Parts: sequence; C-alpha cells; structure tokens
Amino acid sequence: MILLKLTLRSLWNRRASLLLTVFSIAISIALLLGVEYIRKEAKASFLSTISGTDLVVGARSGPVQLLLYSVFRIGNATNNISWQSYQEIIGNPLVEWSVPLSLGDSHKGYRVLGTNQDYFRYYRYGDKQLLDFSAGQPFAGVYDAVLGAEVARKLGYKLGDNIVLAHGTASASFALHADKPFHVVGILKPTGTPIDRTVHVTLEGIEAIHVDWVSGVQVPGYHISAEEAVQKNLRPKLITAFLVGLKNRAAAFRVQREINEYQREPLLAALPGVALADLWQAIGMFETVLRIISGFVVVAGLLGMLTILLSTLNERRREMAILRAVGAHPRQVFLLFVLEALVLVVLGCLAGVTLVYAALFAARPWVVAEYGFYLRTWIPDMPNVLMLAVVAGLALLFSLIPGAIAYRRSLQDGLTVRV
Amino acid sequence: MNVIELQNLHYRWHSQIRDTLAIANLHVAQGEHLFIKGASGSGKTTLLNLLAGILTPTSGSLSILGQALHSMGSSARDRFRADHMGVIFQQFNLLPYLSVLENVQLPCHFSTRRKQQAGNTLVEANRLLDHLGLDADLRNRSVTDLSVGQQQRVAVARALIGNPELIIADEPTSALDTDTRDGFLDLLFREAEAQGSTILFVSHDPHIASHFPRVVDLREVNQP
Repeated sequence: MILLKLTLRSLWNRRASLLLTVFSIAISIALLLGVEYIRKEAKASFLSTISGTDLVVGARSGPVQLLLYSVFRIGNATNNISWQSYQEIIGNPLVEWSVPLSLGDSHKGYRVLGTNQDYFRYYRYGDKQLLDFSAGQPFAGVYDAVLGAEVARKLGYKLGDNIVLAHGTASASFALHADKPFHVVGILKPTGTPIDRTVHVTLEGIEAIHVDWVSGVQVPGYHISAEEAVQKNLRPKLITAFLVGLKNRAAAFRVQREINEYQREPLLAALPGVALADLWQAIGMFETVLRIISGFVVVAGLLGMLTILLSTLNERRREMAILRAVGAHPRQVFLLFVLEALVLVVLGCLAGVTLVYAALFAARPWVVAEYGFYLRTWIPDMPNVLMLAVVAGLALLFSLIPGAIAYRRSLQDGLTVRV
Repeated sequence: MNVIELQNLHYRWHSQIRDTLAIANLHVAQGEHLFIKGASGSGKTTLLNLLAGILTPTSGSLSILGQALHSMGSSARDRFRADHMGVIFQQFNLLPYLSVLENVQLPCHFSTRRKQQAGNTLVEANRLLDHLGLDADLRNRSVTDLSVGQQQRVAVARALIGNPELIIADEPTSALDTDTRDGFLDLLFREAEAQGSTILFVSHDPHIASHFPRVVDLREVNQP
C-alpha cells in the first residue's frame, strides 16, 4: 500500500514530464484502437456494399470478378447476357425481383450504369437501406440521369444540368455520345459505396446512344438524332449482369445451381455475401499491415516511457537510499518502478480510449455528410481489452529494465547517497 | 547487553586484494553514544553499511542488540533495520514528494514494530517535531521549502519515531554552520536519551567529538 502511495506521489511530483509520456502512450493506444475500429467498420461497410440481394448473375467468370464489375464498378465484364436469357431466368417463380445492370460507358471517369426503376425500388446496401435522394427523383425519360453523391459533388452538377456520356470506360475517352446529352433529374444521398461514384441512366438511354454505333464506333454518315432514336425500338438486346431477389432466401442455392447449369449461354450466379467475403480476404492484406504499424507505434510509445524511467534513475538514487534506510527491501525499490510503469500505462490507456471516443464524436457529423457513413459508437470488445492487456504487459516487461537497475544499485549503494 | 558487538570483522570488496575493513573488537553498550572519527576513505561508509545490514561481513561476527546480523538473510536484515535503526544522512534526508509529516512517519510504513511503538503515528510525528522545535506551519509544507537545518531536524524526528534502539548518523552536521550544529547535536542527544536510543555518530569533524562520552578513531581500530 505504501509503495503505491509513494509511486503516485512520486509520479505526481514529476507530473510535467510524465504528462508527455502518458500523452504519447495515449496517442499510440488511440491509434491502435482506432485502427481496429476502422478495420472493423471498413469490413462491415465493405461486406454490406450490397445487401438484400440474393444472387448476382453475369457471364461465366469468377464470382469475385463478377462482383468487382457489377457491384464495385471495377474492371469490365468478359461477356454479356442476352435479354432473352435474362427474361427466361427471372421468369422462375422463385424470383421475387430483379434489377438489370448494363455497364460499359463512362462520364469523366465515373462509370455509367444502365438500369431500370427497379434499381431504386430493390437495391439495398448497408443495413438493408434503400437508396435515398438528396434532390430530384428516379429517372423516367430515356435521357434522364441520376447521379451518385460523389459524382454530383466533385463535378459540381445540379438538377437540370446536361451531361455527355463517353463510350468506353477509360477516363480520357475521345468517343463521346455528344449528340445525345442526358440531363440530371436526381442526385442520391451519400451511401459510402461505389454507388456514390456512379451515373445511373435508363437501359433505353444506353440503347439510344448506341443505335447508330457498330462495334464501338459511330458509323460514318449514319446518324440518328436523339429525337429519332426515342422512336426506335429501344428494348436492350444485351445486359452486363443482373441482381436477383428471391421470395425465399433458402432457395438461393437451388436457383444458383439452375443458373449455373443454364444451357443457352454460360452464366454464373454468385452469392454476394460469399463473394464479398472472398474479395475482402483477397484485399484484406492491408488489415495486417495496419495492425503491424499500429503495433510498432505502441512499442515506440512504450520505449518513450522506458527512456523516461531510465533517465530518472540517476536523480532518484537519493530517494532509493532513503527508502533503503527506512527499511525498504531492494525488491520494494524494484516494485516502485514496475508500479510506476503500470500507473503510466493505465493512465495512457484511459486517455487513449477517451481520445478514440472524442475523435469518433468529432468526426461523426463530417463523415456522415461526406461519405454517408454513420460511425457507430465504439464499444470495446474482448479483442480490444486483450490488446490493452498486452500493452500493459509489455509496459511491465519494459519496466523490468529500470527496476532491475534500481534493484542492483540499491544493493550496492545501500545507505550511501551518491549524487 | 551490548547494542553493537563486532568480533574479528573483515570486509573485502570483490576483486580487491586487501580488506577494506578489519576490526578485531568493538563493543558499544546501550546508551553509550559513540563517535567514530574517520576521514573519507577510512572505511567509514563500509562500516555504516555493515552495521545497517546492507552489507554482510566477509568473515567475523557482527551482532546488533544480541542478534547475529552476519547470519541473517537480506530480507531479515532489512526488516531488522526497519525495526531497530534510525538513519540520518549528511543531507537530502527527505523524500521531496512527501510532506514533512509524511516523511517523519515513513519508517512506520516499513516496520510494524515501530508503528506499534509510535501509537498514533501522526500524533507522535507532531510530538517529535514539537520537541525538535519545528514550527507547526511548516509541517504540511513541501520539504523543499525548509532550510537545511530544518530538514536535518525533520530527519532526526524520522530516525527517532517508533523508538528504534540504534540511531546511525552519517555526518548529519556537515551541511550546518557551527551554531546550528551545536543546537542540532543538543537536540539529537536530548531526544535520543529521552527514549533510550544509542547514537552511533560518524564524522571526520573532530570538534564534534567533545560532545560524546566515547570516541573511537576508525584509523586505530581498523587494521587491515
């Protein structure tokens, strides 16, 4: 008991310099816990990029690739699906809804997605949330466009603006569909998913801008105006992929198998949850890297503490001699240093936890506004507690060094006060 | 019973060829305050550390209050020191982060015996400080606010609290001027006598010797 009292009083006496030590430990702890939090949130957010969809269907490739181009708008499809096959598959009585996706064009680097109004009715992300508009409404006309939050913000678009789509997905595409501009009728709220970076148009719109194109180039001398195009049959012949919602989720495997064994063309149906988890595994390396980095930061913080403890050894020789004179055993002198480190690291942990809460609290409104992502309140879980315990253990381990030096010195010095 | 009994005591530091300390015989009876005169390098520090139980003799016997210190383990020696000895240093006697009163009570935290003998340690600390003439308004202050003379008086109170039989003083007056020194010695004697403690006083200063009933020159008894 007296040792704890002596430790606390001694620490208080040196509070100015120790405050910095506690602060540096606190920052490293906050980083460690913050990284863990972000890692968990990022994973949760990633895994809920698409939710409520039972199957993603595309041309046969791999499930991860399918997910990448259909949901994340990364890369391109190897092949398309005929409208006929699409209709046939969604004719299955187990299918409750479906959303066709047609990709391949872009606008200033942002992918253009051709779809229909069911997209706004059925597409869910996060915690089964539907898409929400910050302005305007879903597209109705052939040349209407709905912008993702980031597209509107970065490019400064508002309702009523006209945009021109480019053929292909390269950001510096020269083949523009300049003759058939689209006008913005809706802007979505931020979702924290690739939807924010997508321009949504109707399937008919995609069809219309390509009526006078063959094999990716506009046919010379053959031009159909925007108005004329609308009069044509704009039913798409091909789509890139489609999303399926089933009446009964338990039927997912059955329907998946049926699609995978579809005779007319080679198709692939993927369970989004499984594919997302696979994809996370593939790109999840950064998790480990982040953890390793924050681990090193913690070690650096503790080394700072060790430095402080070691640097005070000399000025505390007198203190040790006094304690020895009143009957303290070298073991107790040793314990003083261990206790000191323990108090410092506990204070550092508490301050670090407070910092995490403060940072979350401060960042929440901004993150919601900017990324449409609600930062959930952080509740320390078992792994977090375990981490703090490991940090405390490491601090104790480090404190053995000054402790052992003080132990040896107090044996040698005894009552001799060497200053 | 003798407070201190040395017999054929030898101490040699590791890796040295000669003994630092070799004392054939030294007895100190209770109440027989002893002044040990020794210049630096005379083995004075080694002797003090041996008496306090910090070091153990290389050979020979060393008994304090009838207890054979040379055959005790280190923990037992620490406990023995806490129970039976009060130590006063040259200077810097006090822990800077404790108040004056807390410094005086410190030994009672390491020795149940002294705590019991002191009774209410706070009352006892105040009583001792009263006797030593330390103003009441200084007692809850930080020790760094005190003059060296005041600090040494606090050190005496700490050495005396809980009535230890042996007071070991290592040049406690060397930082004091002559007037303060004599006053300090008078106080030390008066309080030690009042509770029957034996003083073992080590100094190189021959002027102090006249205050003591018995004087030993370390150069004469230490014959390595």
